[in-house]
Amino acid sequence: MMIDMQTWLSIQQLYSDYASAVDSGQWDLWPEFFTDQCVYKVQSRENHERGFPLATLAFTSKAMLKDRVYGISETIYHDPYYQRHVVGAPIVRKVEGEQMHVEANYAVFRTKYDKESTVYNVGRYLDIVVPTEQGLKFVQRLCIFDSEMIPNSMIYPI
Amino acid sequence: MQEQAIHWETKGTSRIPFAVYTDTDIHKKELERFFYKAHWNYVGLEAEIPNLGDFKRTVVGERSVIMTRSQDGQIHVVENVCAHRGVAFCRERHGNKKELVCPYHQWSYALDGNLQGVPFRRGVRTPEGKVNGGMPADFDPKEHSLTKLKVAIRGGVVFASFDHDVESLEDFMGPTMLSYFDRLFNGRKLTILGYNKQRIPGNWKLMQENIKDPYHPGLLHTWFVTFGLWRADNKSELRMDDKHRHAAMISTRGTGGQANQTAQVTQVSSFKESMQLNDPSFLDIVPEPWWNGPTAVMMTLFPSVIIQQQVNSVSTRHIQPDGHGAFDFVWTHFGFEDDSSEMTERRLRQANLFGPAGFVSADDGEVIEFSQESFEVKQNHRTLAELGGREVGETDHMVTETLIRGMYEYWRKVMEA
Repeated sequence: MMIDMQTWLSIQQLYSDYASAVDSGQWDLWPEFFTDQCVYKVQSRENHERGFPLATLAFTSKAMLKDRVYGISETIYHDPYYQRHVVGAPIVRKVEGEQMHVEANYAVFRTKYDKESTVYNVGRYLDIVVPTEQGLKFVQRLCIFDSEMIPNSMIYPI
Repeated sequence: MQEQAIHWETKGTSRIPFAVYTDTDIHKKELERFFYKAHWNYVGLEAEIPNLGDFKRTVVGERSVIMTRSQDGQIHVVENVCAHRGVAFCRERHGNKKELVCPYHQWSYALDGNLQGVPFRRGVRTPEGKVNGGMPADFDPKEHSLTKLKVAIRGGVVFASFDHDVESLEDFMGPTMLSYFDRLFNGRKLTILGYNKQRIPGNWKLMQENIKDPYHPGLLHTWFVTFGLWRADNKSELRMDDKHRHAAMISTRGTGGQANQTAQVTQVSSFKESMQLNDPSFLDIVPEPWWNGPTAVMMTLFPSVIIQQQVNSVSTRHIQPDGHGAFDFVWTHFGFEDDSSEMTERRLRQANLFGPAGFVSADDGEVIEFSQESFEVKQNHRTLAELGGREVGETDHMVTETLIRGMYEYWRKVMEA
């Protein structure tokens, strides 16, 4: 075992808390899961596997995530929707010093008001997690999605 | 098939009937007249298939085609329909092959589409020396190649046409469009940065119209307004080809930001005077020599592609219709081989403004969806495109919907002929 039980439980908690936060509609919670210098990308599996650097969203600081929150809540005109994340059990792939490389499958369902729920975005997280004084945080979260043909738009964080 | 006459309120095209977006017969006729005849359609960039034997599957209109680079380095575009049983046999999106083979009966084609092999063409000989089956004696493989499209390449961009009598690509674009096209694709080798793909539940023409509409960007797109990227008071021009089917919206970035006159110019609530970026590197814009002034040139080449320069972010946006009520919108972001790594980073960072999740572009897909929603349930109504008058002409400002009127002038000419 690369990590002790307590760390394992903390990782579980982090993943559950993240899903709960991005499904809550309280977008301000989202940047707080990251370190100040961080990488957050939502990238198609095709780009990822073919080595193309383009991501659908690519942020490289917590400040950018805050700008995204402002965009979501103030500037982007869109059909409002609920989203619901179902995240599989995380797998710790590698531990390098403080950095834990963790991966997990996810599925996001989208429900527009008064419409049916649909499978919106499925993929996996490729993460680097570190301990901080405020608990575990993401240094990196890559959302590599199989659902390459995005159903019109993607507004909220995955 | 008797198609329903579309009722236009006026002789001009400033009032566009909802029915042009909802009628299935109209849609089929558009495919025939715009996508399969007399027009060049975008298929991709040469840089997507750099090596001998590389291929990429894409579409012209609603038809599946394969862009290949054969062993002599030539680029070909062939239809993904086996000459035998019609199988759309190529399922990979891209790859490298020596030949194209339909697995159903192993018919094989060279990368230029020529039929090479037909199993059991001369029958099967039994041990007794009898020949069973085989194709008729007069079967000529030359008559059964894959459908070959005419190909034109300029500046690394590949266009194709099912119509071998189509005018040259240069005549098709016309000198004005060509000059803006060549400004961007000036012979430098392109590098592919990647794709964004979105399915937009609206008629394909709405995307052409969105990029022929300089009225909305400074109103809908808060980022554009607030940071001066696209605003009604920016120095700008609207240009068209002689037939008014293609267009370029050309704009030069103003000072933007907190200027007091801004609210006055925009007169709108989407301007956020106090908006400041927590991370200003989103807008780390560095002018490039090839710009020659304009910070944004948005070209619409009718019917199939939009070519984007928005500051340092450049892309092609391929319109792939699927029925009257939806299209796939495929963005190919690229750079140039002489880009520094900082420039590549910059292009990638600015790509956050565009695509299905973009700070700016996400709402374009949304409004198209909401327009289509109304079109579907209000058949006898029409849209209004009367900003700047009811005529069609080039302008030195963007307070006009003249490009939309121009596109429908051409549309009516072709569709009503």
